[in-house]
Amino acid sequence: MAANQTDALTRKVDDYNSETDSDYTSYWRDWFVATRGHEYFCEIDEEYLTDRFNLTGLQAEVQYYQYALDLITDVFDFDCDDDIREQIEKSARHLYGLVHARYIITTRGLQKMLEKYKKFDFGRCPRVFCRAHPLLPIGLSDLPHTKSVKLYCAKCEDVYSPKSSRHASIDGAYFGTSFPHILFQVYPAFIPAKSNERYSPRCFGFKTHAVAALARWQEQKRDEQDRRLAQVGIEVKREDDDEPEGSSEGEEFSR
Amino acid sequence: MEEEESWISSYCNVMGHEYFAEVSEDFIEDDFNLTGLGAVVPRYKEALEMILDVEPEDDSESPGSASESLSDNPNAPAYRRSRDHARTALDYSLIEKSAELLYGLIHQRFITSRQGIQVMYEKYLANHFGFCPRVNCQSARVLPCGYSDTPGNDTVKLFCPSCCDIYVPPHSRFQAVDGAYFGTTFPTLFLMTFPELDISGTGRKDVTASSNLNSSGGRKGANNNTLPPINGVPANNIAPGLGKGKRYEMRIYGFRVNERARSGPRMGWLRDKPQDLEELNEMAQLEAEAAMDSGEEAAEEDEDEEEEEEEEEDQEMTYPDGGPGRRRTAKGAAASAVATASTSEVGNGGDSVR
Ligand SMILES: [Zn+2]
Ligand SMILES: [Zn+2]
Repeated sequence: MAANQTDALTRKVDDYNSETDSDYTSYWRDWFVATRGHEYFCEIDEEYLTDRFNLTGLQAEVQYYQYALDLITDVFDFDCDDDIREQIEKSARHLYGLVHARYIITTRGLQKMLEKYKKFDFGRCPRVFCRAHPLLPIGLSDLPHTKSVKLYCAKCEDVYSPKSSRHASIDGAYFGTSFPHILFQVYPAFIPAKSNERYSPRCFGFKTHAVAALARWQEQKRDEQDRRLAQVGIEVKREDDDEPEGSSEGEEFSR
Repeated sequence: MEEEESWISSYCNVMGHEYFAEVSEDFIEDDFNLTGLGAVVPRYKEALEMILDVEPEDDSESPGSASESLSDNPNAPAYRRSRDHARTALDYSLIEKSAELLYGLIHQRFITSRQGIQVMYEKYLANHFGFCPRVNCQSARVLPCGYSDTPGNDTVKLFCPSCCDIYVPPHSRFQAVDGAYFGTTFPTLFLMTFPELDISGTGRKDVTASSNLNSSGGRKGANNNTLPPINGVPANNIAPGLGKGKRYEMRIYGFRVNERARSGPRMGWLRDKPQDLEELNEMAQLEAEAAMDSGEEAAEEDEDEEEEEEEEEDQEMTYPDGGPGRRRTAKGAAASAVATASTSEVGNGGDSVR
């Protein structure tokens, strides 16, 4: 029954403390992406979801597959008890995530995620020298139930854990291991200039030897790579690394 | 008289001040520890009185209604409550600002003192500073630090010894905390003081009860393996979060992206580490050779090393390969430090230690 369905949906919305609690929309996907903790997801087009080809192989992965798909595409019409309903809801969320991983590496999906990237929807890199560079969601595995979603910074080329615990329960497979790298292949103009800036720990003004030796070794590796690439005609764009050697800090204290 | 929370503990209990240690009163009452701060902090004397919860001596009985209402408000935190009814509200807020600055600067010195570093060690073990956000650091504990020792330049940052990088604290409430209140020296000195502490994220769980700790605060038997120390640091404590297997490799459909690709990897070096850490020692040897040949730069480097080891001795830190025949007095170290150009703050840092 429609009334039954509405009740369940309302309850769901309350559960997730969604912003759209009063005049919530009846579209499942709108509700899903607006749910707290789902900030990294974009909305999958209806056309994509209704093309069976895009869902190849997912039947085996998702319980109540057809009902879940009906729920996602807002054609769910099945009178069932709350327990089953709950199961179908769960399956629908899982199915949406799995399709999402495929969708965001399509032309349309990349566009949508790029827009979110430009709005800093995925947060900013916590590394000081990345200067709050925007992040992209990434999975460390393409298999579901393996690892939660992580965030990739294209400036330092490293992955970080999301700050908020509500993202720690999102499956990384819903974004996949390839997504950020495909995005930058398709949109090379968004590849940031790399930075040579780095932190050199000091003790009473002096660099510490052990860390400094490692830093020199790393910088040697960097220069080797740059030379290697220069030989094949690739120039690596790196930002200035003029580190002030004798730092002028603390001058106010000098007596 | 009712039992009131002290200014110091009240200040440290404010949201966003979680990284601060409570500086002991005897540290503040030792004038030597405050050397030079009078010239930097406006209304220094009153600020110091406020920090120590001392009633001001000179009571010019001018009734300030605003400050009275402030002090009478029982809901106000102790460090905002004034016991001095003579001050006007404006006056009060100026002194309070100065008190916060003064406390921060004393704090910078305190946490690099023998007593203070111990307090910070307890906070470190209690996870007060949080963990590295980098996935490959496996939640290694971080240490608060400043990018500058001068107040007003930058906010507090977090140093991760596992990847030797610094990060922005995860919550915006820390963006109001001046990095100079922690300073540039603290994380390094901390790691030198507790050289046997397992700083990797994986070792974190093991360090629980203090009964498992050895005299220098490290985990008992943590580094009893065969690895010899490199450049004075236990080998398994040299950036345990870096190197082979700890670097993120970009892949598309499971295939590694080639460095020649336009979007290929360019930052691998930042998270790299030689598989054989002896390479780092060899480099030091090469540098020593280069220094013999020519170059002021190399000579300076050499001097840096010396200074560093002297500082260690100054702190009476035990180092497995502390280097023989380098014993000099603290005074000597300070003198030669001052002689080195480009290190204007060394003298100041040294003050705080004694
Ligand atoms: Zn970054
Ligand atoms: Zn780290």
